[in-house]
Amino acid sequence: MSQIGLTHYLVIAVFLFAMGVVACIARRNAVGILIGIELILNAANINLIAFSRYSGNGNLDGQVFAVFVIILAACEAAVALAIIINLFHGFGTVEVDYASKMKE
Amino acid sequence: MTPETIQAIIFYFLAAVLVVSCFFVVFSRDIVHSCFGLFFTLMAVAGFYALLGADFLAVTQVVVYVGGILVLLLFGILLTSRTPLVLGLTSRRTYLLATGAGLIIFLLLLAVVTQTHWMAVQAATEPEPTIARLGDLLLGEYLFPFEFSSLTLLAALIGAAYLVRRSDR
Repeated sequence: MSQIGLTHYLVIAVFLFAMGVVACIARRNAVGILIGIELILNAANINLIAFSRYSGNGNLDGQVFAVFVIILAACEAAVALAIIINLFHGFGTVEVDYASKMKE
Repeated sequence: MTPETIQAIIFYFLAAVLVVSCFFVVFSRDIVHSCFGLFFTLMAVAGFYALLGADFLAVTQVVVYVGGILVLLLFGILLTSRTPLVLGLTSRRTYLLATGAGLIIFLLLLAVVTQTHWMAVQAATEPEPTIARLGDLLLGEYLFPFEFSSLTLLAALIGAAYLVRRSDR
């Protein structure tokens, strides 16, 4: 078993990112698309923290950026779910195929 | 066992959990199952943060994602499901197309990540508690982005509450 290095973490992040993209494309349910976006944001966070760890001299700037990403992910989830519930009230469904217009 | 071996074992265990649960999240027919898969994915990511020495972020990940966003997603699913089983995937063709696109992106990025010569320094010191230094950074060098993001969070939450209000005409 080789020693775990930066590349190992980057490969994990790449996998998470690709799965997030697949979820965004393949899901028809709006909540499923939101889940895909959360996966992508987590992939970005793993990258930031891994680079922060392997930058030497104990630099924590990457972790600060990860904090901001988590804050914005919380904002995004709240607003997106509000929009999804509105969508449900307007169209009676959360399938994005039926919601190609802004109003009925 | 050397610390490196233990670290490698933990890493591969977390990677296995993440890969399996990720497949559940993306390919599960039932969106509620997909949400439960997301729980394990997010926990595995928190484990990776801990392995990278980011103790504060590992805890934040559990509190914000697992405790907050996941519950919010479940609320969203349960509030908007009319049938017991909410099918979340499109036709087989779109499904295959999406998987192909994802595979291409994965291989492309994998090539970039493995071919590039990263100027990575093996972290010389043992990971130490980061909370005090993160606090210094957030209230020092990054004070303005920190305050601004708190304002953004407030505005987003007020906006979300405004969007879902019951409109009595």
